[in-house]
Amino acid sequence: MRAVDALMECLKAEGVEVVFGLPGGASLPTYDAFYDAGIKHVLVRHEAGGGHAAEGYAKATGKVGVCFGTSGPGATNLVTPICDAMMDSVPVVFITGQVRTDLLGTDGFQEADTMGITMPIVKHSFMIQDPQELPTIVHEAFHLARTGRPGPVLVDIPVDLSKADIDYAPTGDIELPGYQPTTEGNQRQIRLAAKALAHAKKPVIYAGGGVVNANAANELVALIQAGNFPTTCTLMALGALPANEPQWLGMLGMHGTRAANYAMDEADLIVAAGARFDDRITGMLSEFAPNAKFVHIDIDPAEISKNVPAHIPIVGDAKNVLSRLLAEYRSLEVDHSRLDEWWETIHGWQEKYPLVYEDSADEEIKPQFMIQALHEATGGSAIVTSDVGQHQMWTAQHYGFDGPRKWINSGGLGTMGFGLPAAIGAAIGCPGEQVVVVSGDGSLQMNSQEFATLVQEGLPVKVFIMNNGFLGMVRQWQELFWDKRYSAVDLQDYSPDWVKLADAYGLAGFQLTNKSTLVDDMKRILELDGPALVDVRVTREENTYPMIPAGEPARNMVG
Amino acid sequence: MAEPTFDSLNLDDLEASVGHMTGRTHVLTILVENKPGVLSRVAGLFARRGFNIDTLAVGPTDDPSLSRITLTVDGAVHPIDQVTKQLHKLVNVLKIRDLEPGEAVERELALFKINAEGAQRAEVLQIVQIFRGKIVDLGHRTAVVEITGTEDKVTAFEEMIRPFGLVELSRTGSIAISRGRGET
Repeated sequence: MRAVDALMECLKAEGVEVVFGLPGGASLPTYDAFYDAGIKHVLVRHEAGGGHAAEGYAKATGKVGVCFGTSGPGATNLVTPICDAMMDSVPVVFITGQVRTDLLGTDGFQEADTMGITMPIVKHSFMIQDPQELPTIVHEAFHLARTGRPGPVLVDIPVDLSKADIDYAPTGDIELPGYQPTTEGNQRQIRLAAKALAHAKKPVIYAGGGVVNANAANELVALIQAGNFPTTCTLMALGALPANEPQWLGMLGMHGTRAANYAMDEADLIVAAGARFDDRITGMLSEFAPNAKFVHIDIDPAEISKNVPAHIPIVGDAKNVLSRLLAEYRSLEVDHSRLDEWWETIHGWQEKYPLVYEDSADEEIKPQFMIQALHEATGGSAIVTSDVGQHQMWTAQHYGFDGPRKWINSGGLGTMGFGLPAAIGAAIGCPGEQVVVVSGDGSLQMNSQEFATLVQEGLPVKVFIMNNGFLGMVRQWQELFWDKRYSAVDLQDYSPDWVKLADAYGLAGFQLTNKSTLVDDMKRILELDGPALVDVRVTREENTYPMIPAGEPARNMVG
Repeated sequence: MAEPTFDSLNLDDLEASVGHMTGRTHVLTILVENKPGVLSRVAGLFARRGFNIDTLAVGPTDDPSLSRITLTVDGAVHPIDQVTKQLHKLVNVLKIRDLEPGEAVERELALFKINAEGAQRAEVLQIVQIFRGKIVDLGHRTAVVEITGTEDKVTAFEEMIRPFGLVELSRTGSIAISRGRGET
């Protein structure tokens, strides 16, 4: 059988339900194999859209996303989603075409050194050199993508080898002697962490995307409830603790709540689970949580003590470690009342500094109001994807996620253009669930070609543009830190007419400008069967607050 | 450290034990799968994490499917545990050892092209002899000398010979192997 037909068999054996991609010269044999392989292929309009769609699928379902691109520009267009998947630990297998082997290294047509270009931004990569190896390599790629700390894995296939005949027999063999992730946390360390939690007078649980990746939200919630521990989540973990739980302090970091950031600042013990102490969390590193000892739970040993030295490091899978930590903690039978004073302090912050904004006195829609309206209109349980910028932060602050894998955004890399294709992937992965995009008028233009994909697939995704006519977050920084010298941020006069754009792509288009009818208008649109694009006009110059100015300690929050 | 009991645990006593600079040069010996791009992955990792490689040597091992990379890193500038943990994440890396100075034998090979004309010829040859070097090429004007030894020895020879006129120098960087029966 041809190597590409074996590839199809391997995808099926891996349980792949859908792949995203765009064909080209070097992937013609692969697409010939797709023709009757019986695997759903979603044709995107730009490879970046395909990569982000595969990420959205993976983030929403927890399964491995798959994306195909051709050689050269097909592969270079995948660089951004590959890097995005690396930064946010998203399991995606990228399969690229490559020029035929006798052209390698000769600057052949549509040749790019895909392996070399992507080397720093993949968990691992393979180039097929012997077509007979292809099945094993594909299984290894899936294994690497989904286990340990998940991430992107690339398989580059020269076109001549993809056509070659091979002896194919189903195989589950993987041969990765250098890859043995530690999933089982050390018992002694876990016991020590439980004791530390029992002794702490001002503990905080700080959960990151690793908890979501490990499907450990239930274990996290059980531990939090057992100890009544104040809890904050990073942008990547929102929903891991439902926002209506009493222990929820809100998101932490640059645009987190004061309660969460002040609690970190005053904590005597911080239990970090699947989080990596990113600079958007710590602010000025030397002043970060000055009184705290750190328990750091992570499946990637290199994350532990990378930025903040851990006192009790625990390498392991969050699900494994958190469930055993709960058991150890319970066995200590400690009295919660020791945290009463700590909770009193925290409640004081929560009352004094709630997430507020000054609402308009007229029909003007404030961006924060828009998110609260969307929460109400969707019943608070939609899968929400977003792009990057102010709208992303306001959604993170005000939507109040009620479960994991419902908030899908680009955290580490901060990729504008992520939201729409990610929603396509999420909607395909979670049929029957309501999927909405919150985007900005800047971000949405970065991958708006994917409206064609959305319509072609007939997905009932509703795209809400928080339209302020600016690259809003950059404008905010220019206002606050660069003397309001607005440089290259005004989009107002030269953005598309979104309703007409929707019409051109064949989806329903709306413009909403009235605050008083916003919730009802949104509800009406959400009930439509097909996709819709909704241009919501919001206050032009509104800032995302509160905010820790970059590089400053949490206690210097402004706004 | 004995495991603290519930009553004996005091948060103030917990200490972070990693992430420190050691202040000395470390010899890392890395066993890797002999696959295309492995050296790129290792070198690229150092480059993008901002770790400087002082010396680097790569060669085959007794097993043709494996290669050994020996590199030296300055532990005064980089936290070595972070370097080794990042290296461990490379799928083709099988084993890393940070060799303690006492437990390993370390050698470097260097070739020196030295001015050896007229009167100073005898003196050069004498220094080579003291350092147990070998003359591997001798011409009317220059000599090529082979020196093996620790990095310090090679450097010491370089300093001795420089006044005579050092034309060119080529060093391999250190390779190392652990003492005793145990595997490196």
